[in-house]
Amino acid sequence: MSAPKRKLKVATTSLAGCFGCHMSLLDIDERILKLLELVELDRSPLTDIKHCGPCDLGLVEGGLCNAENVHVLREFRKQCKVLVAVGACAINGGLPAQRNHLDVRECLTSVYRTVPNDPELPLPLDHVHPINDVVRIDYSLPGCPPPADALWQFLTDFIAGRTPSLGHGLIHYD
Amino acid sequence: MSKTFTMDEREIPFVEGQTVMQAALADGVYVPHLCAHPEFKPHGSCRVCTVKVNGRHAASCTLAAREGLVVENQTAELRELRRELVQLLFVEGNHFCPSCEKSGDCKLQALGYELEVKTLHFTQLFPDRPVDASHPDLMLDFNRCILCELCVRASAEVDGRHVFALSGRGIDKHLIVNSESGRLADTSIAATDTAVSVCPVGVILKKGRGFRVPIGQRTYDAAPISAMPEGKKP
Ligand code: SF4
Ligand code: SF4
Repeated sequence: MSAPKRKLKVATTSLAGCFGCHMSLLDIDERILKLLELVELDRSPLTDIKHCGPCDLGLVEGGLCNAENVHVLREFRKQCKVLVAVGACAINGGLPAQRNHLDVRECLTSVYRTVPNDPELPLPLDHVHPINDVVRIDYSLPGCPPPADALWQFLTDFIAGRTPSLGHGLIHYD
Repeated sequence: MSKTFTMDEREIPFVEGQTVMQAALADGVYVPHLCAHPEFKPHGSCRVCTVKVNGRHAASCTLAAREGLVVENQTAELRELRRELVQLLFVEGNHFCPSCEKSGDCKLQALGYELEVKTLHFTQLFPDRPVDASHPDLMLDFNRCILCELCVRASAEVDGRHVFALSGRGIDKHLIVNSESGRLADTSIAATDTAVSVCPVGVILKKGRGFRVPIGQRTYDAAPISAMPEGKKP
């Protein structure tokens, strides 16, 4: 009898994103049961594990809008063999980056009347950055969010050891 | 016997005066392009149609077809080069497709899909470019301009109004509006002008149309740009 195949370890996180990419992952519907036979989730909003252990794959939603995002991203890069930028915000900053031509102080004061100052709040960056401005990225899945079928195609290709390939209809920027 | 040249080992017939791109497109062979348009004189600025001819790079939209040319079009090397050109166009502007009314009908985006551009690779410039919503029927979002000059050419040659021009050089080059105030409302442009419909991206937009056709049911959702007959492209 052959030993059971080791499940791949996968971590996911949402940085400056809206959780839409995670929702799209859940949109693979019943295929998620098949997925959970093949992978084990480490740090992820779905498990509530707070820190990432060594993983085969890290899925990063969202770009970098504050210092905490950068810390989390660095942890993911350190622990994950393959790191994937998932969705428009991770790839090019997306919606949060629409503030990039505005002054942060002015933004904050026009919304809160003052610059919020609390040790619990991570420091905002002056610009929102795509994640490949800070760490090396191995693969990108575009879309706002990427279609569930694109996530599924990527995951099944990756798990099977194939180079992931997205055909027409699976690469989307909107 | 008509004259021919070779493109990726296929014989392409041409008539005297045609460019390599015109002959290829007429024969049903797709050559990626953005600033070229069948109704306007070739311009040769976006370079997305770069091919290799007898071992040298050339823009196929301005290259006259000649008997016996050996042209490479769909090679891995040229795809890579075109991909980089498209990435550079993206990082020079602000292209936030999820909120763009042109999404799904946009040639730049469709080329991104065609060339499998999944990441922008280069550092984004995030330029600060205000929009001009002064006109009652039209809106101008300069963030998405790829400087193809199609609107400039159309407004001058077809509409006879000279509403648009490009100003500045190199990275400072930008689209300007020909009125004393610089605002679109103070020009004679009409929503029915060719300059409006010819823009390949989401700069010159008709107001009040927005998302009439839902995202997901638009031109390049149905088929990739390479498979779409030239006449059906918006
Ligand atoms: S013009 Fe095209 S590429 Fe640019 S934001 Fe609009 S749809 Fe996207
Ligand atoms: S506004 Fe549109 S048509 Fe005019 S130069 Fe810019 S991209 Fe080209």
